[in-house]
This record gives sequence, structure tokens and C-alpha cells, in this order.
Amino acid sequence: MALSGRLTRAIRLGSFIGTNRRLIFNRIQRRGIAACIDPSIGLSDEQKEFQKVAFDFAANEMAPHMADWDQNEIFPVETMRKAAQLGFGGIYVQPDVGGSGLSRLDTSVIFEALSTGCVSTTAYISIHNMCAWMIDTFGNTEQREKYCPDLCTMDKFASYCLTEPGSGSDAASLLTSARLEGDHYVLNGSKAFISGGGDTDVYIVMCRTGERDPKGISCLVVEKETPGLSFGKKEKKMGWNSQPTRAVMFEDCMVPVTNRLGQEGQGFNIAMKGLNGGRINIASCSLGAAHACVQLAKEHLMVRKQFGEALSNNQFLQFKLAEMATKLVASRLLVRQAALALQESRADAVPLCSMAKLFVTDECFQICNQALQMHGGYGYLKDYAVQQFVRDIRVHQILEGTNEVMRMIIARSLLMD
Amino acid sequence: MARVLVGVKRVIDYAVKIRVKPDHSGVVTDGVKHSMNPFCEIAVEEAVRLKEKKVIKEVVAVSCGPQQVQETIRTALAMGADRGIHVEVSGKDYEALGPLQVSKILAALAKKEEAKMVILGKQAIDDDCNQTGQMTAALLDWPQGTFASEVAVEGDTVKVVREIDGGLETIKINLPAVVTADLRLNTPRYATLPNIMKAKKKKIAKVKPADLGVDLTSRVEVLRVDEPPQRQAGGSGTGVESEECTDTQEGLCLGDGPNQGGPVSHGDWDKPEPEPGPEPLCVCDPAPPVSTESEQWDTVL
Repeated sequence: MALSGRLTRAIRLGSFIGTNRRLIFNRIQRRGIAACIDPSIGLSDEQKEFQKVAFDFAANEMAPHMADWDQNEIFPVETMRKAAQLGFGGIYVQPDVGGSGLSRLDTSVIFEALSTGCVSTTAYISIHNMCAWMIDTFGNTEQREKYCPDLCTMDKFASYCLTEPGSGSDAASLLTSARLEGDHYVLNGSKAFISGGGDTDVYIVMCRTGERDPKGISCLVVEKETPGLSFGKKEKKMGWNSQPTRAVMFEDCMVPVTNRLGQEGQGFNIAMKGLNGGRINIASCSLGAAHACVQLAKEHLMVRKQFGEALSNNQFLQFKLAEMATKLVASRLLVRQAALALQESRADAVPLCSMAKLFVTDECFQICNQALQMHGGYGYLKDYAVQQFVRDIRVHQILEGTNEVMRMIIARSLLMD
Repeated sequence: MARVLVGVKRVIDYAVKIRVKPDHSGVVTDGVKHSMNPFCEIAVEEAVRLKEKKVIKEVVAVSCGPQQVQETIRTALAMGADRGIHVEVSGKDYEALGPLQVSKILAALAKKEEAKMVILGKQAIDDDCNQTGQMTAALLDWPQGTFASEVAVEGDTVKVVREIDGGLETIKINLPAVVTADLRLNTPRYATLPNIMKAKKKKIAKVKPADLGVDLTSRVEVLRVDEPPQRQAGGSGTGVESEECTDTQEGLCLGDGPNQGGPVSHGDWDKPEPEPGPEPLCVCDPAPPVSTESEQWDTVL
């Protein structure tokens, strides 16, 4: 009897885990959240509505597939298009070209909520949004009308190409050249670590049209089928597996001059402005992951028993959970403040965005890591979502400007005055 | 063309753990997450779909309660309702508000707004009354199609497929009518960001029950509210006779109850694994019983 019990248990375990994950996530999103870490506090009624839609979408459409997308490295095109139908394709793009016209704070709230469903997919959606915004803000009428509507509906996907094999943190030293020949630029060079590379349709490329300094950089929009555009192998990554990452190569790639965003030499300026918002978005994605992990850790502590009682009776773990919650709330406040500063074009916007990115990505990684530790051995199993959150947000401390570069920016701002 | 009235109720969110007030007069609602009753969401969705099919012209969302119910009306507006009506009821009146009072209000509003159809959720998840739709129809002397899993408007009649204990029953009723939505009628849409912003501009009119000539006195008095009794520990035996199980080690009772380990109950690596199945040999802990797989996860997580 015990043997048949074990066999049936083994079979049941598989389906347990399947139903398990969806139920875990539905419960994380919808279970009563302790008031102190409730992400809807301090938001306007409208923002609460946006947040509710994003949480519901994350719980129903993303969370059940999060593990599958990660294990099988699937780029979830259909799910992202569903998100775009709700308006998530161009959240801060102007409505006249199909965007939702929301503020940076609204955007941060939305990405934080979506991220609880899948960090990697949400991060890609945020990169896509940044590209759409760049064309919307710096493009002329023809460019906006040509690209933005398709990007906002995610009929077309976008990638952002700044990093090169030889220039990461030192972005201004990029080498990809764009030589003017008549009414075309001829692009030569390569870009590295491009999110979505190879699977996306529109590439925003920073390239050198002038001198070897930041003022010599321009921004071009390159479409996928352009001859001379090719891609490297799909990289195998620790996390962010629901978006493909490839090198992007240009060999005498001809791009019409009409595809240049802004003036020649304006590229670096566009890049830096884009990165401010990008940093808030990435920090918001980290926030969502940390929020989910705090919920998961709390649930686990209440259920797991050792030494005759639930782990939640253990003072050390109570204190650890309290620290995690405190860091989560502090991070959330900083990100939202930075978003406000950016949308109001305050003087402290740039360093505040850097501070937010630095603090939040570091702290949220610690929160997720600590949540994994609290799960014990189970935290290490891929059946449990907490390890995916840890793997996925680890890279947030590196991209969109490493946290070291964030310190450079903040120090420069402090010592300038 | 036709106008439809949709009733939406603000209830405690379905996933929240309900707590009874210390004085046993009710459940704790302060600071607790509320949202629209899930069946009301389905009702709103059906009304909006009818509007999209151009069968009806206007969807009016109605809710009764204090200021907070405006959130619920806004959610209905964001899903596609055209305007809202907030019937102001607060304090003791709100605590005593039940299906009889609400159906009187809805009947009065249906007459005032000249609605062709009133669509409601079949029941609210907080009181599970399943009475408002039926009472409203009776007060209006309108036909009713309750537990609807399909609604098809054909001219001046409505074909409603009802989910009943015996299966599915199809009836044809004349308009105007009351329809109550069951779970499988549709899947409510997500509000889109643009619709949420448009909802801000839509009007919510305020009405008092007295203006509608409705008397809110309740005929029901709640004496006491208690939690369901805790399940006691069970016992079982190895043979035909059942004996009280006292052994808490391995052996007769395979380890501790289902809540011992993590969700994937391995317990200690070197001990025999406890049986987490729907029929545990012995439930030594007074743990909630498990009857289906999903409920198991319900308790554990």
C-alpha cells in the first residue's frame, strides 16, 4: 500500500507543481498585502487602476508561463502583443501616434506590477518602450508616423544598440562608424549584448558620424531586413532568458539619412536622456521582483516548520523579513521620487535616477537573495519561482549603466557644485 | 434603442483572508482590500459586449454604498460602461443593506432610467445571497433569466441558457427582463490604459435612496458572526475497526501532517516521506483536511 502510495504521489507531484505555480502567483498578487508594503499606497485612484490591470495581467498571463519561458528560452511575442493591446507597448509615448501618454511615475508603477509576473519579459517591454519613446521624442513627423504606431501595438518590436564589444561603460568611445554617402549612411561595426537582437524589427543604433568624442555620435533607425545587417549567435545567459540576446553586426549596411533621429551629433544626448528613463524602468522591474519575493518568503515562513514550530516564530527570520520589507519600501519611494523628478524635469533628475538605479537594483537583489535563503533547499530548485527572480534581476546591477557608473554620475553631480 | 442597467457591488477581494471582528458583529473591512464582485465583472462584460454588438445603446453602472463604491463604478466605466450612478448609502444603513433594499433601489432606477434590461451578477461573494436579481424582477414584474451562461437578444426577446442542477436550460423571455450572470457567461476583459483614462471623464451621478422613494429598513438583524468551526484531528486504524491514532512517529502515521514540509513535502531527507495525498493515512496534526489537489495547495500556500 505504501508503494502504490509512493507511485501515485510521484505522479501527483508533477501536476502538483504545475497547479502549484499558478496558484502561488494568483495568491501573491491577490492575497491581502500587509499595509506597510502595499504598493498601491500613495497612488492616485487612476494610478491604482493602472496598477490593478498590470497586476492582473501579470498574474494571469505572465506568471503561469514564467518558468516555461525561462527554461525553453521563449520570446513570448503573443503575450507581449496582448500587453500592447492594453496600452503597454508605448506607455509614455504620445497618444497621437498610438501611445498611452502616461507619466514616468505611472510607467514605473506599471512595470513594477508587471515584473511580478516575469522580470525578463517586463524588462524587454521596458526596453521596447524606451525605443518607441526615442522615436516619438526625437524623430520628425515622418519618422514618428512611420514607426511609432507599429511599435505601440507591438506589431513590430524594437531593440536598442549602444554597447559594443569594446565600449560598455565607456559608451562614448563607441566605434561603429556611419559614413555619409549621398543620401545614405554606410554603417560598419558591431554591437554586443543587444536585447531582442535577431528577433526584433527596428534597431535604434548609436554610431559615429563625426569626431571621436561624444559630439560625434548620431542615432540611426535601422530596419531588420536592411542588407548588411546580421546577427551573432544567441547568447546563453544566467537569466533574462525570455528575451534573446545577440551581437548585431553591420557590414556596409546602407541606412537612409531620413532614418536619422535628430541632428548629427545629437546621438549621445538622445542616449543619455533615454537612459534616465531606462534606469527608472529597470529599477522598477527590480522592485516588482523584490515585492514578489517578499510575499513568497512570508508565505514560506508561515508554512515551513522546523524544531516544532513555524519558521515565522523564529526571531532572526522575523528580523530578516522586517529588513527586507523596509528595504523594499525605501526602494519603492526612491524610484517613485526619481520618476517624479524626471517627469517634472527637475534639476536633480539625472543624479536621482542614478541613485534610484544604484540603490534599488542592489537592495532588491539582496531581498530576492535573502528570500531564496529563507526557502532553504527548496529555494534552489527550479520548481520554485524565487530562484528565477534572483537570476533575472542579477543583471539589473550591470546593464543600463553599471552600478559603478551610477556612482560616477552621482559623485560628479555632488562635486560639481 | 435600449439602455441596460448593470449592478456592481464592492466586496472584500476574493483572495483576502477574512477575519471576524472581536465583538462578533461582522467581519473586518477596515483597511482590507476590496474589489468588484467577480460575478458583477462578468455582468459588466456582458453588457459591454451587447453594446459592441449594437444591440443596446447605453450601459449604466449602478452601485449602492458609501464614497468608496465610486472606485467600483470607475472600474465598470473603465471596462466600457458609459456612465455611473452612485446610490449613497452609508453608516448603519450600509451595514444593514441587503438584497431586499438593493432590489427596491434597482427597480426604482430601472423605471427611472427606462432600462430595457437589468444585468446583475448571480450572487455576491460576501453574502452569497443569490436574491437581488430575482427580487428585482419580482418588484418590476419582469421576467428573469438567472444563472445565465449564454445570453442572446433577439428583437424583443432574450434567449437565456441557464445553468441549473440538472444541466443547461434554455428559456426565451420577453424584454424588459432581468438577467443574472453565472461564471461561464464570459471572461471579463482587462481595462486598457486608454479606457481607464477615458473613465475619469465619464459621469457618475449621485442619488439618495429617499429620492427614489425607497425605504431602507432592514427586516433582518444579524445577531452574531462566527468563524466556521475548526476541523478536529481525525484518526484511523489499520484494519476494519477504527482506533484513535496516538502514534506521532513513523509507522502507523507516516510522519506529521501535510503541512510539515515545504509545499513539496519531503520532510527530512532520510525519513520516510509523509503522504501528502488526499487520503492521508493519519492526520495527526489538526490540519485542515484536504479533499482535492488544489485545496491542498490552498492550505499550504
